[in-house]
Amino acid sequence: MNLLRNFSNINQLNELHFDVLKEIGNIGVGNAIGALSELISSEVKMSVPHVQFLKFNEVGKILGGEEVIVFGVLVHIFGEINGMMMFLLKPSSARVLVNGLMGIECKDTDDIENFTELELSAISEIGNILCSSYLGAVSRFIDKSVKPTPPILAKDMAAAILSVPAIEFSKMSDGVLLIDTVFETKDQNATGFFFLVPDFDSFGVILSSLGVE
Amino acid sequence: MSNKIMVGMADMKVSKHPGMLVTLGLGSCVGICLYDPSSKVAGMAHCMLPDSTQIVNNENVAKFVDTAVIRLVNDMARAGANKRSIVAKLAGGAQMFAFTSTTDTLRIGDRNVDAAVKVLKQLNIPLKSMDVRENYGRTIELHTDDGRLTVKTIGKGTKVI
Repeated sequence: MNLLRNFSNINQLNELHFDVLKEIGNIGVGNAIGALSELISSEVKMSVPHVQFLKFNEVGKILGGEEVIVFGVLVHIFGEINGMMMFLLKPSSARVLVNGLMGIECKDTDDIENFTELELSAISEIGNILCSSYLGAVSRFIDKSVKPTPPILAKDMAAAILSVPAIEFSKMSDGVLLIDTVFETKDQNATGFFFLVPDFDSFGVILSSLGVE
Repeated sequence: MSNKIMVGMADMKVSKHPGMLVTLGLGSCVGICLYDPSSKVAGMAHCMLPDSTQIVNNENVAKFVDTAVIRLVNDMARAGANKRSIVAKLAGGAQMFAFTSTTDTLRIGDRNVDAAVKVLKQLNIPLKSMDVRENYGRTIELHTDDGRLTVKTIGKGTKVI
């Protein structure tokens, strides 16, 4: 009951709660980047993840506009923590990562219709590996089991795809907690966005497992 | 054409002729579009969840289908609409990710549409047309001159309902 009372209004997360969630993001993204580096056999550098709390009317714009076409990879989370996780990227970033994964050098088109079936599977798998390694690190950090379901890929307008994590957040708050990070592979930049959306009860489990009430 | 008024997630707006109400990239949320032909007053709500009574934190009436429709009708009346001649159109409520399972979380688009249909029926607001569900995003434009709703998609064409 105590936890439920604390998290009935996530809009008023205090600084400590916010710091803990940021730290979770840092740990998750750090591990995901390591996995990505192995996957595309190239050094991948990352920026310090940027954690922010966005209002709903700002969410659709994060990738440059509500109608920008993007890829979204969604996994559901179950175990002691339940919820969903999403990884988003623009076609240009998807192209950088797919080229790296498949060892293609010259294919530089980032038209969303020019991705082959195989390349779409590769994007899905990249999202899967990033989310899984992110969640693995979080799981070890909070010492709770956190398991992802197989990934599902969608491509559509950014705001439409982002409505899925936003709706999950909307059950608890009037905004969305976003972790975005910039990858850098050799000489090309790719930017990816992560949303970790624990459900209502799981927020409490995460915070209390770290001794935060 | 030039008076575009944007309606974001968990938001609602009212406009009179010659304004246009627009939501960009509607996904699993439902776009509830109301129009009174006699006064040319239009309203649009972009709702995220079907039912405010199931959520603790429910101050934002535009976030929920049940509370948004009631508020929108009242806001329109205040702007000069005749409540009894208001008609409705719906768009959105897509399932953006093709899961095979049918848990509540994944069916949220369907549930938003179902809730909107139900609330409109309760308020005796005729539902003229809808372009809902499926698995793709929609940009919608509600025109205040005649209440037509333009629905644009990526790769699925544009239609007027």
